[in-house]
Amino acid sequence: MTAGTALIEANNLSVSVPGSGRWSLARKPPVDILIDVSVAVRPGEIVCMVGESGSGKTTFGRSLLGLVKPSAGQIVLDGTPLPDFTQRSFRRIRREASMLFQEPVTSFDPRQRIGSIIAEPRRIAGSGSLRNEDIVELARKADLAEPLLSHFPHALSGGQARRAAVARSLSVVPRLIVADEPTAGLDVSVQGGVLNLFLDIREEFQTAFLLITHNLSIARHVSDRIVILYLGRVLESGPAREIFRAPRHPYTRALLDSEPVPDPTKRRTAPPVIGEVPSLTARPSGCEFHTRCGFVQDRCRHERPVQSTISADHQVACHFPLSPRLTVVDQGPRLVPRAANRK
Amino acid sequence: MTDQMPVTSPVLEMRDVSISYSGIIPAVTGVDLLVRPGEIVGIIGESGSGKSTLAQSILGLLPETVKISGQKLALSGVDLLAASDSTLRNLRGPAAAMIFQNPMTTFSPLHTLGRQLMDLLWRERHLSTLEKRQMILVALQDVGLPDPAARLEAYPFQLSGGMLQRVAIAAALLMRPSLLVADEPTTALDVTMEAQILHLMREIRNKAGVSILMISHHLGVIAELCDRVAVMYAGRIVEEGPVETIFADPRHPYTKALFACEPALISDTAMRLPVIGGEVPRPVDVGCGFAGRCSQVLDCCSVLSPPWVAVHNTDAPHLSRCHRSAP
Repeated sequence: MTAGTALIEANNLSVSVPGSGRWSLARKPPVDILIDVSVAVRPGEIVCMVGESGSGKTTFGRSLLGLVKPSAGQIVLDGTPLPDFTQRSFRRIRREASMLFQEPVTSFDPRQRIGSIIAEPRRIAGSGSLRNEDIVELARKADLAEPLLSHFPHALSGGQARRAAVARSLSVVPRLIVADEPTAGLDVSVQGGVLNLFLDIREEFQTAFLLITHNLSIARHVSDRIVILYLGRVLESGPAREIFRAPRHPYTRALLDSEPVPDPTKRRTAPPVIGEVPSLTARPSGCEFHTRCGFVQDRCRHERPVQSTISADHQVACHFPLSPRLTVVDQGPRLVPRAANRK
Repeated sequence: MTDQMPVTSPVLEMRDVSISYSGIIPAVTGVDLLVRPGEIVGIIGESGSGKSTLAQSILGLLPETVKISGQKLALSGVDLLAASDSTLRNLRGPAAAMIFQNPMTTFSPLHTLGRQLMDLLWRERHLSTLEKRQMILVALQDVGLPDPAARLEAYPFQLSGGMLQRVAIAAALLMRPSLLVADEPTTALDVTMEAQILHLMREIRNKAGVSILMISHHLGVIAELCDRVAVMYAGRIVEEGPVETIFADPRHPYTKALFACEPALISDTAMRLPVIGGEVPRPVDVGCGFAGRCSQVLDCCSVLSPPWVAVHNTDAPHLSRCHRSAP
């Protein structure tokens, strides 16, 4: 991660929340949601953050915009670090970035019409109000049909609501859009439309994206870089193509293998990982993935691996990274994207 | 599907079944579906295609205002169209059980899991509480739940989604159903848990011989698990057949379009993803429901309902309901 070129950079960002029993004597210790997460997003880049539920991916997106207060670390915007984590400091970021929330309809005021919802961020940012023509233009950019502007949020379908959220985020011409699960709950025939819209926006405004998703096949298609989170730590990060071709961390590999392939001739005989994500309040010792790792060795149980650099842009936190020559293709036909010939 | 006779008597048989809300708003029209013993049949479709309505009609879970009509809707040979409430009650459990999409809302939040599982065994009057408890522990062990005895005292909120879905499967199997209806059972779960649950479902079919009707919008899930698949669109089944031939050679334009949109099936160099323009319409009485979005639409598509056309006429037929598929 070369400093200076990044649009926004999180350095060793941590978030922890107070333990339960806040006011009692038996108060539990604080729970760490994110630990030392370092991610940089360059201008116009699409970075995908992937992880299971509880990995902290949503919290990371929110903490970048100050919706969750980081407990330690540093956020750097355009090479200048934020002096502190007060709401006033985060205002600098919020002028440049906008957020697409996981459930767009619940992020809209149910009593405002879509047109006025779209215009609101600009009003709040104090950059003057939008004329009607501007709102229609924003809707057109987000591929939202004009008559919908006079509807209320509840009348929109899932795909339409996402487009309205995108139109709203465009009203401040953001340089970064943080999109939390932008395709969750959408049909396959619609999700492509939302992702294509992101690519169009990037083309037109050079907007960078931080996509938070658990859907690997989407990450494969749209992202430039991937960050794999597990229990609030980055296990692997690097160029998307490299990671999908030859994942180095066993967890990344397991995630890729878990995705069911739409080909009945390539069924799995056994699930690639068993068990559940451990609790954040009872983190395993050593490498936190060792309880589910298929390649576990004694060292993993005691010693936490540090991030090691594989290539300029590719880091992995594992004592025994998988061989790069064991590409996904070599390790069996499971992950080969098939049917490129099928139309 | 209507012209061939099943070798063994089917677990579920639907012939020309139509379902409408309040008798006015059609949700499912003219569906033929057959599930044989030990078979896993998948129903794939987008939201609004009527797949969940179809699943709920099998257990009589739809509200009273819903009108179900048709030639035949039989579960384990019992006609559901004429069934009384008490007949239905006796069928729920031994004939069919259901797994729902969201495991968090499957159980009552007010009672322990043990108590709720115990309630399901109300039919077994000859068993003592201790014997029932033993049965439940075995069922929980079978679905791979760690530390089952402790889970009996737990409330649903104390378990993760994946664990609760395992309990839901155990609960369904506890009544030894001949058919398990699973409505998007892995949609709310992580991929790693999804893989485990799918594996578990295949195992229980192999061990207990239970038939499964799997409802999903996820092509990968269907390919992973099912023997046969029916593609639903706007309340109708538009294509059906063995999962291998449908995935290798989809014939209906809708199925083809659906496959074309699946990101996992597109080579990873392409960044832009295809879409199907427009939205799923209400079920139509005449013509083909997909006509408005179809790229190969003919003049007759909007006026003539397409007939079933056999694509591969082997012992397991692959049928497509499209004018284009006609010879």
